[in-house]
Amino acid sequence: MKLLQASLFVWVIGLSGCASQTSQPVLYDRLGGDAGVTAIVDNLLQKMSRDEAIARHFRDTDISLFRQGLIDKLCVVSDGPCEYTGDTMRNSHKGFNISGAEFDALVQHLIHAMQEENTPMAARNALLGRLAPMYSDVVYQ
Amino acid sequence: MKVSLKVNAVWLLGLFLLCSSEWAVADGSRVTATGGATSIEGSAGGGVVPWAVINGYGSSDEWSATAVATGVFVDDYTLKVIGASVSYDNRIELSYARQRLKLDTIGGYLEQDIYGVKYKVAGELLYTRMPQISVGVQYKTVDDFFLPEAVGARDDSGIDYYVAASKVFFDAFMGRNVLVNGTLRVTKANQGGLLGFGSADNNNYELMNEVAVALLLTDNLVLGMDYREKPDELDFAGEDDWQDFFIGWFANKNFSVVLAYADLGSIAGLDNQKGWYLSFEAAL
Repeated sequence: MKLLQASLFVWVIGLSGCASQTSQPVLYDRLGGDAGVTAIVDNLLQKMSRDEAIARHFRDTDISLFRQGLIDKLCVVSDGPCEYTGDTMRNSHKGFNISGAEFDALVQHLIHAMQEENTPMAARNALLGRLAPMYSDVVYQ
Repeated sequence: MKVSLKVNAVWLLGLFLLCSSEWAVADGSRVTATGGATSIEGSAGGGVVPWAVINGYGSSDEWSATAVATGVFVDDYTLKVIGASVSYDNRIELSYARQRLKLDTIGGYLEQDIYGVKYKVAGELLYTRMPQISVGVQYKTVDDFFLPEAVGARDDSGIDYYVAASKVFFDAFMGRNVLVNGTLRVTKANQGGLLGFGSADNNNYELMNEVAVALLLTDNLVLGMDYREKPDELDFAGEDDWQDFFIGWFANKNFSVVLAYADLGSIAGLDNQKGWYLSFEAAL
């Protein structure tokens, strides 16, 4: 049992090192660059508009501004050559009281959007890993 | 063949869940596969280890229900489990499982009921740096104390307490997500309770380590392993740690199947119990 625990521990530590692979292309390119990210965002926006629980938050939002902001944000998050000039995650979600369920629903929509746009699995998971920590800046405030 | 009311109720719930996937009932909001499977004790987790995850797909303020049917087919025994659970707010899980161990070689049955409660106290499986941490209780009670008493058990019922921590690491191994779980359990149960609780010499709680690791091969397919330490308190029925290697297919948010190979070690004097595990789960 001790051997098992030790090897498990080593494996978990090793895994966290594997997350940053400097030898492969940047995540932005693996997502398809500008065309890929734009396609994912447009697909995601369609799904969000059809999900009433999420869509109701956007009634006073300029969707084309939001769309560009989301494209720029994903570009920056995936180490792409962009500049994000929008508000912080915390400020831009303040006052909406977004629930855990709405956040979960958005994550599922994003996963489906990326699958439909044929984003490779490793790139999908890498992007999710970079977006997941935004949870505490987005929900319940 | 007499079938108890409890078993009927669980089958009915299972049927209801399977049918309602065709009705216009909203699925829970959580991401596919994040409810885990259901262990043989009825708690969400792997095959033999309860994890910190809450059963079903319900997220904040949402309800979920699940039903499970499991068969474990080892050399000299067949274990069948029927269970059901209800969860709310991705925070609290109430579960029931009925275990029926057929002693193929020795003859007869060992059966027990397990009532479980699990409560998430911290963290979110996917989103927080802190692992998701849950505490749980399992109240277990055996039907017929004759064989457990004969091999030296002290009581026909007992309570297990556990704390579990689970975390998903994104893009952690070959571009795939990995789930890691550690569980600490205190128990007096012999063979998980099927051979009663405690022994003539020992009425103390024993601390057991349990771990699980799972690789999400795709968004719907999970490969993993459970390992569960066991106490070894009965003189006349040596007990080994349990281990299983599983593959789980999460078809959608209503249905999943787990196939596993299990090594249950020595049970009631018959060594080397190994074999196949198959489990079907319906969720609403």
